[in-house]
Amino acid sequence: MSAISIIVLIVLVILTLVQVMRISEISSEIQKGKDNEVGPKDNNTQGRLMLLVGFGFVISVLVMYAAWGRLSLPEPSSAHGAEIDSLWNVSMLIINVVFFIVQPILFYFAYKYRGKKGTKATYYEHNNRLELFWTVIPALALAVLIIWGLNVWSTLMMPENKEEPILVEVYGQQFNWTVRYSGQDNQLGYATVHEIAGANILGVDTQDPASADDIVAKELHLPVGKPIQFAFRAQDVIHSAYFPHFRAQMNCVPGSVTNFQFTPTITTAEIRQNKDVKAHVEEVNEIRKAKGEDIWEFNYVLLCNKICGAAHYNMQMDIIVETQDDFDAWLKEQKTVAETL
Amino acid sequence: MSTTTTEKNNHFQDHLMEHHHEENFFTKYIFTMDHKMIGKQFLTTGMFMGIIGVMMSMLFRLEIAYPEQSFPILEFFLGKWAPDGVMDPNMYLALVTIHGTIMVFFVLTAGLSGTFSNLLIPLQIGARDMASGFMNALSYWFFFLSSVIMVVSLFVEAGPAASGWTVYPPLSALPQAMPGSGAGMTLWLISMTLFVVSSLLGSLNYIVTVINMRTKGMSMTRLPLTIWAFLVTAILGVLSFPVLLSAALLLMFDRLLGTSFYLSDIFIGGEVLSYSGGSPVLYQHLFWFLGHPEVYIILLPALGISSEVIATNSRKPIFGYRAMVGSILAIAFLSFIVWGHHMFVTGMNPFLGSVFTFTTLLIAIPSAVKAFNYITTLWKGNIQFTPAMLFSIALVSTFVTGGLTGVILGDSALDINVHDTYFVVAHFHIVMGLSAIYGMFAGVYHWFPKLYGRMMNKSMGYAHFWLTFITAYGVFFPMHFLGMAGLPRRYYSNTAFPMFDNLADINVLITYFAIIGGAAQLIFLFNFFYSIWRGPKAKQNPWRGNSLEWTTPVEHFHGNWPGDIPVVHRWAYDYSKPGAKEDFVPQNIPLAEGEESGH
Repeated sequence: MSAISIIVLIVLVILTLVQVMRISEISSEIQKGKDNEVGPKDNNTQGRLMLLVGFGFVISVLVMYAAWGRLSLPEPSSAHGAEIDSLWNVSMLIINVVFFIVQPILFYFAYKYRGKKGTKATYYEHNNRLELFWTVIPALALAVLIIWGLNVWSTLMMPENKEEPILVEVYGQQFNWTVRYSGQDNQLGYATVHEIAGANILGVDTQDPASADDIVAKELHLPVGKPIQFAFRAQDVIHSAYFPHFRAQMNCVPGSVTNFQFTPTITTAEIRQNKDVKAHVEEVNEIRKAKGEDIWEFNYVLLCNKICGAAHYNMQMDIIVETQDDFDAWLKEQKTVAETL
Repeated sequence: MSTTTTEKNNHFQDHLMEHHHEENFFTKYIFTMDHKMIGKQFLTTGMFMGIIGVMMSMLFRLEIAYPEQSFPILEFFLGKWAPDGVMDPNMYLALVTIHGTIMVFFVLTAGLSGTFSNLLIPLQIGARDMASGFMNALSYWFFFLSSVIMVVSLFVEAGPAASGWTVYPPLSALPQAMPGSGAGMTLWLISMTLFVVSSLLGSLNYIVTVINMRTKGMSMTRLPLTIWAFLVTAILGVLSFPVLLSAALLLMFDRLLGTSFYLSDIFIGGEVLSYSGGSPVLYQHLFWFLGHPEVYIILLPALGISSEVIATNSRKPIFGYRAMVGSILAIAFLSFIVWGHHMFVTGMNPFLGSVFTFTTLLIAIPSAVKAFNYITTLWKGNIQFTPAMLFSIALVSTFVTGGLTGVILGDSALDINVHDTYFVVAHFHIVMGLSAIYGMFAGVYHWFPKLYGRMMNKSMGYAHFWLTFITAYGVFFPMHFLGMAGLPRRYYSNTAFPMFDNLADINVLITYFAIIGGAAQLIFLFNFFYSIWRGPKAKQNPWRGNSLEWTTPVEHFHGNWPGDIPVVHRWAYDYSKPGAKEDFVPQNIPLAEGEESGH
């Protein structure tokens, strides 16, 4: 039924347009065919529209910042996250300055130099000094961003550790996450897809002595203030372990092990008291209440951020950052590989 | 050399006079070797694919705004993939995938470059036709075949390819991983293979034609910027598309012959597969070695078109012609050494990440030069707001907006947290999608008189432009904020994460803009087809342009110029030159006594 009404609607719209065109054609014939040429009147209207809509766009960007700036992720909960965020803020500042200068100039020029009768454009083909100027200025700004960016990148990728990081494996499969702690020896036992069977979903080699004290879990608990060395694996397709609150992400690639290291700095209990997070939770819960859904309590979360199949959108795991004592207590409750397999 | 070209051309002309070929419907419209007709074939096929691609985006936007809700229209279009009007997640991914494939390759590569390179290269350099008319026709027919296969793939039992337009293995290699990786994916790969062949045939032809067949006096520094853009685009295509071909072939081997180029250590569907030793990341390197130049294969023709349109309609020379050419070359060169910025989080060596950050951010410099030169071209102009001019100015706006966020994404440290989020979706749709589609619209409006000998309706052009400009920013600008909230792309639904619940309203808003913007394209379609048959007859040089295509008669015939090919005496940008009677001096007008050459 709806399909028929849509088709009827489209036909009606086309018929109306044909009639409008015929009317405009007849009237332009009366005006000796001049109607379809762009004249000073059009330049006036379109030039003004350029100014109006162009500035409207620039202003609407300001409005969006005001209205939706709050949607951005809360302060980073990892040590390196602060460095990323300050680089982010400075980069954003620079590109916004350029945006808010260049866009208004573009639309203003379009309006200001709209074609008028009897005027002639200025023949101005090049100016080496001007062109040098706007080659060098971006080059300088970019030099700063490149050097700073590379610095941050290398501290992220090659962190200097004062203490031995805790080794944790994050394992992706369609469509869930599993983690494996390296246990007392801080060494992950060898694992391969060939060993996957029954409860041994990670394919841990139980013959490997390093695997005996490994702990497999479905929740990622992390002690605050401790560097965590993550090793990522995937069993079927590529997944991407995305920790937005920690400004961390790494692909999990079948056939190889990838790595990322970060130090959580804010416990789950603390971040729940963060005022941005509180406001976010409040807003979300109002929406959920209106829809009759459960109340949400903030948790750090691990998402999959590389298309991996039908339930890609729902591949998640909670992350709990806690004090060393709580972490130790939790870990003690978990069963080791030796106990379960 | 130039004299022989002229002689050859004169010979050609005699030849034309002697045998007046009787053309029937098939030789004229279907199996033509005339570059203008082939351009039109590319345009109409590209537009047809564009309609499919845009309609797909309407469907998945509806899904994103109202996840898991029932819409009869979804069932109407998708049938079993939307039982009771609720879209299946696999179909959502398929729509996203095919939308991307169609828009990137079929509309903005073949539809844009194929149309305007074919139409304009011979006309603007002063040649009777392409170097090889047969190769040119072959290029179209490979493209046509490729389009047919891509459309056919939509109807296979298990659905079309659904692993994203980048079709990363293992997801794309294993039918067990998702239904779309079955027959749909095989057809996708066959279609893309044919597409690469089409692109190579076309590009080689463009390069040879521009280098060898310029008319007397048309030195490289007198070429219109459109031709520079098409030439460099063709070179990029010739150098990068073969790599996609090999990537696709190796993927086909993995899928069909059991090789292990990209696959290793995989456990799926309850069993270990026998693949061993391959690397999925290898595929990504090969794919993006094409994939990044591809961005400029899409963008450069649009920039070339807008250079021409902005200069003509500002009635001013393009500012900094040599810098514009230089920046095209610089962008093209850099585009080959930045592909790794798509792979910062694949676990590749961090040192590579540093190199790719460095090269990527360098692209901002020639891009900035281009943007500033466009703006300076407007300065003290006498701007004629044709619909083509409006779209070109909009292109500068989107090129700046989208280019700026590239400074963020190209920085490996910053990319980590917005990689594969809606921030990326916003970035590339604005800088590449919108800019290129605006360039394409500008080209259609500007050269419609050359294509069809008639004018498009101006008022409908204005309506089309304003609706498109406003709604397109309305769709893509808010996506930056979704990305900064951490929302990943390619999610069928955002309801699984309460942290995204407060983004639902923005998604609804975006969908409204998308539907209005999509509907606005009907104005364009109507205007286009109506004007082909009913539009007012065009004058020979309706925009008072300088380049050679406006010296050809309105009526098309094979060979372009009825008499000799004009000889070129000046560059293409002598607009409002002091001392000239009119505010334009076509390229075939000799320098007046005492007149200095333009640049």
